[in-house]
Amino acid sequence: MGMISTFRAAILLSVAATLPAAAQTTITFASYGGAYQAAQRKALLDPIEKMLNITIKEDTLGGVADVRAQVKANAVKWDIADLGGASCARGSAEGLFEPLDYSVIKTDGIDKAMATKDWIGVIYYSTVIAWNTQKYGQNGPQTWADFWDTKKFPGTRSLSRGASETFEIALMADGVPMDKLYPLDADRALKSLARIKNNVVSWWASGAQSAQLLKDGEADIVAIWNGRAGAVIKDGAKAAITYNQGIFNIDCLVIPKGSKNAALAQKAIALMVSPDLQANIPALIDYGPINAKAFDTGKITPEAATKINSAPVNAAKQTNMNFDFWRDNLTKLTERMDAFLQQ
Amino acid sequence: MSEVATGLNAAGIRADARRERNALAGLTSPTFLVLGLLLFLPVGWLFWLSVFDDTGLTLENYRRMVVEPAYISIFRTTFELSVLVTALSVVLGYPVAYMIAFLPPRAASICLTLVLVPFWTALLVRTYAWLVILQRRGVVNSVLMDWGVIDEPLQLVHNFTGTTIGMLHIMIPFLVLPLYANMRAIDRDYVRAAASLGASPTATFWRVYLPLSVPGLAAGTVMVFVICLGFYITPQFLGGGRVTTISMKIQQNIATYFDWGAASSLGVVLFVVTLAVFWGFSRLFPLRRLTEVGGP
Repeated sequence: MGMISTFRAAILLSVAATLPAAAQTTITFASYGGAYQAAQRKALLDPIEKMLNITIKEDTLGGVADVRAQVKANAVKWDIADLGGASCARGSAEGLFEPLDYSVIKTDGIDKAMATKDWIGVIYYSTVIAWNTQKYGQNGPQTWADFWDTKKFPGTRSLSRGASETFEIALMADGVPMDKLYPLDADRALKSLARIKNNVVSWWASGAQSAQLLKDGEADIVAIWNGRAGAVIKDGAKAAITYNQGIFNIDCLVIPKGSKNAALAQKAIALMVSPDLQANIPALIDYGPINAKAFDTGKITPEAATKINSAPVNAAKQTNMNFDFWRDNLTKLTERMDAFLQQ
Repeated sequence: MSEVATGLNAAGIRADARRERNALAGLTSPTFLVLGLLLFLPVGWLFWLSVFDDTGLTLENYRRMVVEPAYISIFRTTFELSVLVTALSVVLGYPVAYMIAFLPPRAASICLTLVLVPFWTALLVRTYAWLVILQRRGVVNSVLMDWGVIDEPLQLVHNFTGTTIGMLHIMIPFLVLPLYANMRAIDRDYVRAAASLGASPTATFWRVYLPLSVPGLAAGTVMVFVICLGFYITPQFLGGGRVTTISMKIQQNIATYFDWGAASSLGVVLFVVTLAVFWGFSRLFPLRRLTEVGGP
């Protein structure tokens, strides 16, 4: 009997979900899942559900390919998607997104480069240097040149096997100033990588893998996303990071073309990037607010701010990734990186 | 069935035969329909995607495989890995199947369970377990260093070696199971006959037992080799970026290219190569014999 009534309830629920009245007040948000999406739920989605009196359903995605598949098949399920910065630039060039309405979305406090016609940043993450403190103490490598210096810092290294980030890092290690990276000189980057190749114990393929390498002491120095390093350190691993010469990357929000609730999605995005909700993020996960005014809301103490990657004091030490460059060059440079790794 | 029915009830027999054929066709048609829909249609679509893009017919996706140096070496890596893992599976798996086939039923079923236990464990879990065992501060290196066998940790993982070990562990059951089924069905009297006629144990094995076990061995080998060609998770986690297989490249091309063509062309080539391997094998070991478990 219990089963039958559950079954009946399920039918009633599914009927209710298809009623037009419910559809108007429900939007679907897709992101990368895990701790990140759980933090987004608490920091952004929960307050927005109350403020707009709507329901936000969640889904997970693997990247821009998922959005492309929905748009090309004319079967758009998502109203807001969270993507990596390069994916946003790419999807924008392919025309996969609805334009954003900046009469609804306010961008005070947001870097102009991070708010474009059809995508807007939502958080900053940084690729930083992390090191094993058991091996080097607190004075680990402070620059990418140090990362490359195997005499000063003997030990194993790990870098991403993807071209983006790794090419920027290789150029900085070779002496290219942070603000003169683009357009990247691929030949020079690969020559620089060849010098460190024998010390790279593993070229990581995922954030989880980079964290494991750092945590298990498999790699003594790792080029890693600050969120992953933060989780490992909180977990008790003997490691530290520096924001020096870090590379800012973002996750961004888009409305997939053909979304049935685009107008409501605009309002939700406006709230997601507002200083007040942005200020909720750092307490939940090691990512920085995209909106610098979040640091003026009083929700983030000055002491907490010193640890946050996008806090003004840390932001000054880092550089922005150029997403348009990667949009135009990712395939070509990925093939070159692959050939390099296969040698 | 093949004899022509004659005599008084010939018409009745023919009608029965027809009914039987229709019933068989009816029973198998769902399978053929499913195969058609789930295999041939997608493969055809894959091929279509790889030669047509927004501008029309293009061979760019295939040209890339020839001109970009990474692809040739990815194909080479995939095949080297598959051949090596298959060969090692045979070397390690054959004695295991042989031993189990000669054990009394109770002991045999315990041993088979031991072979199957890793088979029931999630692939990702086993892959991570190998990482724990093989890495620099892993179990193997710690023990060897404690015993003073080595001073510096051996590089056992994040390379071709680690990938081979991880894949081998996964693939051995795929060899042992068909081989064991085959060996179980081998009539022990053949072996006794050879011995009674004066053959040494070695000669009995090489000239009688081994040939009788070839069908099972061939079935297992093909299965292991073909599955190896499509490996993704193990080389991804244990290869340290130094081992790229075709499947990894397919995934990467889906993520980095604008269209599906770059990935689907790789899928098409992998599919064609796999068919070619099957064809080559069926020339060496006719498929009819593979299904005749137990020998001639």
